[in-house]
Amino acid sequence: MTARIPVVKTPKVYVGGAFIRSESGRTFPVYDSGGQFVANVPQCTRKDLRNAVEAAAKAGPGWSARTPYNRGQIIYRLAEMLEARADEMTSVLRQFSPEWTTAAEREVAESVDRLVHYAGWADKYEQVLGSANPVAAPFFNFTITEPVGVIGIIASDASPLLGLITQIAATIVSGNTIVALASESTPYPAITLGEMLATSDLPGGVVNIITGCRKELIPTFATHTHIRGIDAVATGDDATSLRRGAADSVKRVKVRQPDIDWSSDRAEGVYEIRHFVEFKTVWHPIGA
Amino acid sequence: MTKHSIADDFGAVDRVGIEERVAKFTTRSIKRKSKLWGLRTAVSMVDLTTLEGKDTPGKVASLCHKARQPSDDATIPPVAAVCIYPSLIKEARKHLADSPIKIASVATAFPSGQSSLKVRLQEVKYAVNAGADEIDMVINRGLFLSGEYDAVQDEIAAVVEACGDATLKVILEVSELETYDNVRAASFIAMQVLRAGDFIKTSTGKAGGSATLANTQVMLEAIRDFYLDTGTPIGMKPAGGIRTAKQALHYLVAVKETLGDAWLNSSRYRFGASSLLNDLLRQIHKEKHGAYQAPYYFSEAAESY
Repeated sequence: MTARIPVVKTPKVYVGGAFIRSESGRTFPVYDSGGQFVANVPQCTRKDLRNAVEAAAKAGPGWSARTPYNRGQIIYRLAEMLEARADEMTSVLRQFSPEWTTAAEREVAESVDRLVHYAGWADKYEQVLGSANPVAAPFFNFTITEPVGVIGIIASDASPLLGLITQIAATIVSGNTIVALASESTPYPAITLGEMLATSDLPGGVVNIITGCRKELIPTFATHTHIRGIDAVATGDDATSLRRGAADSVKRVKVRQPDIDWSSDRAEGVYEIRHFVEFKTVWHPIGA
Repeated sequence: MTKHSIADDFGAVDRVGIEERVAKFTTRSIKRKSKLWGLRTAVSMVDLTTLEGKDTPGKVASLCHKARQPSDDATIPPVAAVCIYPSLIKEARKHLADSPIKIASVATAFPSGQSSLKVRLQEVKYAVNAGADEIDMVINRGLFLSGEYDAVQDEIAAVVEACGDATLKVILEVSELETYDNVRAASFIAMQVLRAGDFIKTSTGKAGGSATLANTQVMLEAIRDFYLDTGTPIGMKPAGGIRTAKQALHYLVAVKETLGDAWLNSSRYRFGASSLLNDLLRQIHKEKHGAYQAPYYFSEAAESY
């Protein structure tokens, strides 16, 4: 048999349920841990970010109107997709860092477990975060949660898969939709994750993943008023820029340190969901 | 002997040529200052439209207020007109009587046009008497497609007469005319009986297809050829499906490069649209202040998420 011409995948970003290139046509090269060229990854611009926000906003009403039970099913389905393609994801991680040689399998397994964890919370967090409040009048008084809206995620460089999946799952479970900026140094696992999202039952636009330079995109994440919250792994100038822009556009900011241990129990749980829900309290007359 | 075609009378359209041409309009690099000018100009060309069965006097009142002052930014001009059903003209007059904003009303059994000529003309007269400054009529597509071109033209001429002083916009409903040749022919059939300052318009917004750069371009070129022949300037109004500021700029590029600056004002060019206005305001705000804006920051927004 003659030698085959290698068929190499073109990495694209997952936005609005489609795989697209940057509107600018720009790319940046990624190299494996041995310094070998792997692929050119889209270098998204602030216009790409704007378009992704539009896609997220379009998907929002439908996603948040689904029953929590159904959102749980869909997140569980995503876990199934990742589990079925665990080998592929493991080898992607191994390709990019020597430390992943042994840890990759665990990172993928924990990512699957993290999705299952949040799938379970989908129809339960309301019982924990909401409340029936005592009032001294003939009213029922309830506090219930609502999604915040479009949330921006700035992913971790140290944990390009588990970190990102934790941020995504804890945010979309309550009906938010997201635009995530993948790790700048290791974007490839997020691109592969996009392909798995596309084969899960997640509606297009709920999760949008773009790749590019943090420095270029963080100011737009910060100031875009349609992004209602930011969950960022960031320090120094990046964190300051996010907080300053967010103050102007009145959005919530959750800044995480780069050395966060994503495997820890503290990286999961209902209080991670609480960052991006709004509380609504209603008074309802008894007997009406 | 070959069969007579409508293109023999008014000229044929090169389909590939026109589509290649309009594809180029979307690739112009427009710098910030020009973009701001274009966005503001587009605001001043909007026929702010509501044509729903569920329209109420209240809805029309808020539309009129939006038309007068689209945003709290005082540098933004009012829109050109509001476009409504005839029964709501009186309500619109209450809110626009002391403003330069025109009241446009659809008439002639909009959107299908499927009624007797007598009833359609009566509707036009009713709208004019109620205070409409402009009438948006639909052509009789059934008659056009069965080849009764003279009858189509006679009907338009009758509506022109019924309009009196009101400006007339003739809706060709291009998506129902099947071919570019037909669009060009229908444009000429209408223009030949129109007065200077009247308009031809692409669509009702109620049929399957709506305005595209290509069918608008066919009409723009018809207007140009007609103007060069007769000296009568006819206005253009694309309508339906123009929702984003970016699209609006593409349409303005087409006007600029086909008809020139004389058509870049609201007396010769309009956008029939409802949600376009807010996207224009959003982009103007973004150009001025740097940050992208959520759509629900603007009044009358349909979006809430």
